[in-house]
Amino acid sequence: MSDFVLETRDLVKHFPLTQGIVFKKQIGAVRAVDGVNLQLRRGETLGVVGESGCGKSTLARLLVGLETPTSGDLFVQGRNMAKVGAEERRRGRRNIQLVMQDPYTSLNPRMTVGDIIGEPFEVHPDVLPKGQRRGKVQELLELVGLNPDHINRYPHQFSGGQRQRIGIARALALNPEIILCDEPVSALDVSIQAQVMNLLEKLQNELGLSYIFIAHDLSVVRHIADRVAVMYLGKIIETGTEDEIYESPTHPYTQALLSAVPVPDPKLRGQRDQIVLTGDVPSPANPPSGCRFRTRCWKAQDVCAEQEPLLQIRDKSGHPSACHFAEVRDVVHATE
Amino acid sequence: MSTDVNVKMDALPGLDPNALPLQVKNLQVEFRTRNGIARAVNGVSFDVRAGETRAILGESGCGKSVTAQAIMGILDSPPGFVTGGEILYRGVDLLKLSEAERRKVRANKIAMIFQDALSALNPVFTVGFQLAEMFRKHRGMSRQDSKARAIELLDLVKIPAAKQRVNEYPHQFSGGMRQRVMIAMALALDPEVLIADEPTTALDVTVQAQIMALLAELQRERNMGLVLITHDMGVVADVADRISVMYAGRVIEEAGVDDIYASPAHPYTKGLLESIPRLDLKGQELSAIKGLPPALTNIPPGCAFNPRCRYAQDVCRKDPAPPLFQVTPSRTAACHFWKEVKDDE
Repeated sequence: MSDFVLETRDLVKHFPLTQGIVFKKQIGAVRAVDGVNLQLRRGETLGVVGESGCGKSTLARLLVGLETPTSGDLFVQGRNMAKVGAEERRRGRRNIQLVMQDPYTSLNPRMTVGDIIGEPFEVHPDVLPKGQRRGKVQELLELVGLNPDHINRYPHQFSGGQRQRIGIARALALNPEIILCDEPVSALDVSIQAQVMNLLEKLQNELGLSYIFIAHDLSVVRHIADRVAVMYLGKIIETGTEDEIYESPTHPYTQALLSAVPVPDPKLRGQRDQIVLTGDVPSPANPPSGCRFRTRCWKAQDVCAEQEPLLQIRDKSGHPSACHFAEVRDVVHATE
Repeated sequence: MSTDVNVKMDALPGLDPNALPLQVKNLQVEFRTRNGIARAVNGVSFDVRAGETRAILGESGCGKSVTAQAIMGILDSPPGFVTGGEILYRGVDLLKLSEAERRKVRANKIAMIFQDALSALNPVFTVGFQLAEMFRKHRGMSRQDSKARAIELLDLVKIPAAKQRVNEYPHQFSGGMRQRVMIAMALALDPEVLIADEPTTALDVTVQAQIMALLAELQRERNMGLVLITHDMGVVADVADRISVMYAGRVIEEAGVDDIYASPAHPYTKGLLESIPRLDLKGQELSAIKGLPPALTNIPPGCAFNPRCRYAQDVCRKDPAPPLFQVTPSRTAACHFWKEVKDDE
């Protein structure tokens, strides 16, 4: 038994690209997730950051079982989800629930809030007897800061922030240990975003939840995460504690990503170490050989095209980085 | 070649070359809907100098995009109507011009880029065709000449292999490249003012940094006025000179960028600043603004922000709404208690 509530080993998801209608022929694959190792400890928040197309949402779908991995293993509370029977897998799934990005499309407009939050009990009827479900739904509404009397309202009667609270209540219905938040605040205005993040932190303290927090907004992740993994083109290229990643990043991509985030302080204008990357993210159907970031990297040498850098501890910074030339560079704070 | 759109700009009545390139005075826009009249813009005033960046900051539904649409004259009407105020381009009130005259100002003098470049570009024409159209329609240039200019423009916005890419369709471009095409199109006719409505919201941060750097460079070269409409306080801190903060259709604070961030004088601005997590600060507490912005059909009496405000007193709950008080000679705030807010830590 490990002390991780969730662990992945070399998790891979390739989506086949086919040609032809009758005689389908596989001509390639989109390597959405390509060998990801993650560990989530009890009660901690793991932030996963990366730009669009880096595979973070596919990773989320793999973790909650909405996609079947092409290869690799997923352990939930020490049990390999691919090896256990169907019934045990169902029970395992209960422990990991998803909060989705878009509160406008992730709630069925024709169901009342009570039905939406109560639906997990229909899928897992043995969790709670029928008679107690309505009371539990009202309890959940109160827990996420909504009025329990609104149980019969429809989603359109709520604002974006309130809908996201409904999504959170639904995720909490089965008393999971792990909540996976896939861009939970990116569709919300800043004043509402802060409310939802404070709610997530409050729930973690009260219920002892573990979070996997997937987001593209690095400031949001810094605020909420204990450990951070940075993804690029289906791979994790750097991982460490929140401090290690933000204060002493060693991978050039992490550094570029951090330096690109605008800081809301006009005094720092022109004083920050800004790295402006050239070009776009390459297609995951045809990633570059060796290091996948080398096409946009200013440090790239011949070795980067030939040899894929492994995610390992490389220098005294003490956290793993997948770069042959890993070197600490503090890009977040003002430099002369 | 039709000549009506090629009339010299000097033909605009009352044009004063020394006046500011864009001045908005007491603009009123309302939407007449089934649920009543929504005052989307309620007395908005600001101006833009040549070479200056004016940020209009606010959350969704505060009226910032509607303001931009009213300036460009592309408001959906009905249901939207400009019911009052002035929009001055170098002293000429655009609202008093005929549609034909207005068209000469649009793109020629005041141009706009939109948030979602994919839906703003026509999917069935090549990028080159759409860029060249600007020169054909507005300048009466030949197809060949205008295409050559289109390639120059793509070069200007740093799209690699412009000669080949000019014949491609919008869907063949990535998000960042599309936004570059939009910028190229907006700059085609050398406008004096560029309105950028959430230009980088749909983009990743590394691409956002590229686009903002490009915009800043082009603005500097051309001494162009820029109106940056955004909700992102980070982007604003990086590029803006002056800021107008909007809430429920009104400008509630107007100041230089340093003043706003150092000592906000309106509780809403203060609340916004306290609710954003910062990359360079660790473990700070986020104090969220409680409640929700009001529906525009049902704005509370007095100050629109009073139900969410921790400084609110009885005076805030009574009409009229607080006017913009002069905080210093160069900044204003629409709060009865701006002194307390500003000095409060």
